[in-house]
Amino acid sequence: MYDMKALYQAESVQDAVALRLKHPEAQIIAGGSDVLVQMREGKRAGAELISVYGLDALRGVSLEADGTLRIGSLTSFSHITRDPLIQKYVNVLGEAVDQVGGPQIRNIGTIGGNTCNGVTSADSASTLFAYDATVELTGQDGVRRVPIQEFYIRAGKVDIRAGELQTAILISRESYEHTFGHYIKYAMRSAMDIATLGTSVNVRLSDDKKYVERARVAFGVAGPIPLRAETAEKTAAGARLSAELAEAFGAAVREDIHPRDSWRAARDFRMHIAVESAKRAFAEAVRLAGGEL
Amino acid sequence: MSKSVGKSVARVDAYEKATGRAKYMDDLCDRSALVVKICHAAIAHGYVRSIDTAQAETVPGVVRVLTCFDVPNLPFPTAGHPWSTDPAHQDVADRLLLNRHVRYFGDEVAVVIAEDEVAAMQGVRALKVTYDELPFVLDVQKAMEDGAPQIHEEFPNNILKHTDLRKGDYQKAILEPGLIRVEGWYDTPTVQHCHIENHGCFAYMDAGRMVVVSSTQIPHIVRRVVGQALGLPWGKVRLIKPYIGGGFGNKQDALYEPLCAWCSTMVGGRLVKLECTREETFVSNRVRHAIRTHIISYVRPDGTLVARKFEAFSNQGAYASHGHGVVAKGMGAFPQLYPCDNLECDCWSVFTNRPAAGAMRGYGIPQAMFAGESHIDDICKAVGMVPLEFRRKNLMPVGYVDGFSKNELYTDTFNQCMDKGMAAIDYERKLREYQNQTGPVRKGIGLAVFWYNTAVWPISLESSSCRMVLNQDGSLQFQTGETEIGQGCDTAYSQMVADAVGVPLRDVHVVSSQDTDVTPFGTGAYASRQTYIGGFSIAQTAAALRERILEIAHEQTRMPVSNLDLADGQIVRKSDGRVLKSLGDLATESLYSLENSQHITAETTAQIKSNAYSFGCSFVEVEVDIPMCKVKLLHMVNVHDCGRLINPALAEAQVHGGMSMAIGYGLSEELKFDEETGRPLNNNLLDYKLSTFMDHPTLEVGFVENPEPTSPFGTKALGEPPACSGAPAIRNAILNATGVAIDCCPITPHVLYRQFKEAGLITD
Repeated sequence: MYDMKALYQAESVQDAVALRLKHPEAQIIAGGSDVLVQMREGKRAGAELISVYGLDALRGVSLEADGTLRIGSLTSFSHITRDPLIQKYVNVLGEAVDQVGGPQIRNIGTIGGNTCNGVTSADSASTLFAYDATVELTGQDGVRRVPIQEFYIRAGKVDIRAGELQTAILISRESYEHTFGHYIKYAMRSAMDIATLGTSVNVRLSDDKKYVERARVAFGVAGPIPLRAETAEKTAAGARLSAELAEAFGAAVREDIHPRDSWRAARDFRMHIAVESAKRAFAEAVRLAGGEL
Repeated sequence: MSKSVGKSVARVDAYEKATGRAKYMDDLCDRSALVVKICHAAIAHGYVRSIDTAQAETVPGVVRVLTCFDVPNLPFPTAGHPWSTDPAHQDVADRLLLNRHVRYFGDEVAVVIAEDEVAAMQGVRALKVTYDELPFVLDVQKAMEDGAPQIHEEFPNNILKHTDLRKGDYQKAILEPGLIRVEGWYDTPTVQHCHIENHGCFAYMDAGRMVVVSSTQIPHIVRRVVGQALGLPWGKVRLIKPYIGGGFGNKQDALYEPLCAWCSTMVGGRLVKLECTREETFVSNRVRHAIRTHIISYVRPDGTLVARKFEAFSNQGAYASHGHGVVAKGMGAFPQLYPCDNLECDCWSVFTNRPAAGAMRGYGIPQAMFAGESHIDDICKAVGMVPLEFRRKNLMPVGYVDGFSKNELYTDTFNQCMDKGMAAIDYERKLREYQNQTGPVRKGIGLAVFWYNTAVWPISLESSSCRMVLNQDGSLQFQTGETEIGQGCDTAYSQMVADAVGVPLRDVHVVSSQDTDVTPFGTGAYASRQTYIGGFSIAQTAAALRERILEIAHEQTRMPVSNLDLADGQIVRKSDGRVLKSLGDLATESLYSLENSQHITAETTAQIKSNAYSFGCSFVEVEVDIPMCKVKLLHMVNVHDCGRLINPALAEAQVHGGMSMAIGYGLSEELKFDEETGRPLNNNLLDYKLSTFMDHPTLEVGFVENPEPTSPFGTKALGEPPACSGAPAIRNAILNATGVAIDCCPITPHVLYRQFKEAGLITD
């Protein structure tokens, strides 16, 4: 039994925008795997809800004319994992969201909800950061596009304005083409857990597979919001592949991340795992790209 | 004759449970019930100064608000122990229905009774509680210090109880030259049972009596406690136990039945329901005692134990509940498992401002085995012995008799179990292969044994009652006070009844639910007692029923009783094996006889004045990723000697569950508290890391079947033993892999990071 003041069901994106403007206090609900839990805990007790769950137009993955990969905000984790376009171009994203919770959560949970929640531990977020994803928001005045690094403002706070609805996540061809990625979810058990640390690395190698053309690494839970480790990326960019490079890549993330002490994990432990995870994820991404360390 | 016992027959409740037809507490509660929600204290220690209920009372749907200032001053005990008529042996009565003296973060201070859950929760949130706060203490040894916060006035230094055990002369024995001294401290965590169905109950008044339907393991005991808590004669209380979704000992306590019943009396006897959330279950039900154990052993270089010291500090939490019995059971195992001539053993149960610790699967033995079996491997490391060989040399020998319980080790159980486990996991080969490993990822193999004794005789009452009622068609109902809580006792009992009476299993109908108005007295599910104890009353009642049946058969067939038998539902003439008539024909004729109508029943109480050891072991193979601070279980084997198996498939399932619990205990589960406030930090199933299927290797189970001579069915404990030896086996496998002797469980990545750093395996 939920302490719910009202539930408005949106019929279309435009309708959702109108409902947002009419009920500015109302909370958007998609799959409900976060919102309903919070309501039950009393945090959102008595809330009004706008459900967008019926908006099938926001479901599915497609390729736009310029090669941009478009992921509708209501696409569930399990659909993302099984989507052929995702598997072909950003398989790591499918692997990352396949580590969310358990099968039921992955069937109900959406990538839009995962990102709009604004939490640093979201399994999709670090990979989206590592691919320079763009967030599409639809409002009264049309569509607004925001780089994901700007979309996240602070813990629990994202850039959604009055009357707006997140409608898609976009990944440009430049970002994903010829890249191979690997995600390491570090958690306290092998299922039904949130990340103690999430590490997503992707690399693009030179044609001869001897050099790193570009490497990107992003973390979840290494700061209040997901973040990129640019020092590590610079360390690898243009460098010749070697075991030492993987070590150096891992060690360099220390310069960029700032995990905190909490009862869930100590700062020095998280830092240690971040270095090791970056090294291993880099090595695996290189292997997937056909390189040898 | 055994036709059913020993076979893996399907569970008698399988169809009902698998199809969702089985009715649990909430299914049975009428939708008209008022809902009770509890206001839990938001401080760890202090007194409630005032509770402002005005706003809560205006919430639409709220019917009544009751606070700690409204409850009767009738302190009651909650432990699910048989009542003792000797006041010196009665459980500590330290609870009130709601408490002005708040003793832990989550204590009950008020309730809101409302027409639905939403209104009740709105009412709870609208309560304004003010406190006079006191300092609090969470650590067991700090709680014993002079000047520590006093949690119960009548227990100085917060010591609920201290007991000791002395043998030989420890101080003199340790002077022997050439002894190797091994010392260790071992910490075990506060964990919760995490049964799938949270505790809940509903209560109403009927014809001047209080009726409570509860998710409990111990209906007859809870009936008594409700009577004590409300000041009602016990006969005015009727307790009904339907199917329940597990208990593991948490429901071997009176939980919220007294409070729920009292709430009903405060709204004119209306039906009220009180259902715990998972968050409440973690904090405001019961937990397993966190126990800190200190062991010193003096050993000769050949591995002979010369003298041993044992100290255990048991974190009782805020209320006595099962109290000292838990750590005392663990200490009791110490001198028995590895007999030694010179011993100094002490244990303390100490109140702290943590949730109350009660019974949990193993009852002190998982803690004692984690400490004791970890310590044995530490000794092996110090003297350079193979852990298995040390155990062969020092474990309880065949013929050992415990002076107190009179339990005897009749057979070479430990060696038989270890042989079977070794073979299953290929112990010797792996032990050789895993020597001298280097590199970041290493494998290891470890073992641990466990000590367990069935049931509670001679510490407490052991009896069991059973009733059997024959139907016209020759089938029968039977009922006992012993409860089905998911473990399968209804099925095992049905198999026993079929064989003991002499009818096919299909003609045996178990009355699964206990209703104290009609069910014969029995104390319920705990101490892994039921298959053993229930077996006595089933055998005895079946004999009585057979006697009645054969007397009536004599009247109906004119054959002497001595020449009659009942087998497979038929009355048989023994001399030539001829079937004279079916049991159904006999029963029908008996019931409808115009001369002498008889309804054929039997009911007896069995007195059980014996007990039985139930032993076994775990073998574990791990892969340790040192830089990642992760342990992967590659292989896990449990071997048990629980006597003759009544139902092998059910027995194996029971062991799987216990192994899963041991994995969580060893690697991930721990209820954590904020040091600043005493607030529980992770009382939900996301943050409390119960192990999942994905964390388990294939769980392998072996049995050694040495029939228990004291049991009518040759059986003994299997309920709790599977949870007892897994965690130390994991710990010892990690020691084998890395050389690092971890001093606590759960062995989480956080623990491994610290201890690998100390050992120099990680250098940041």
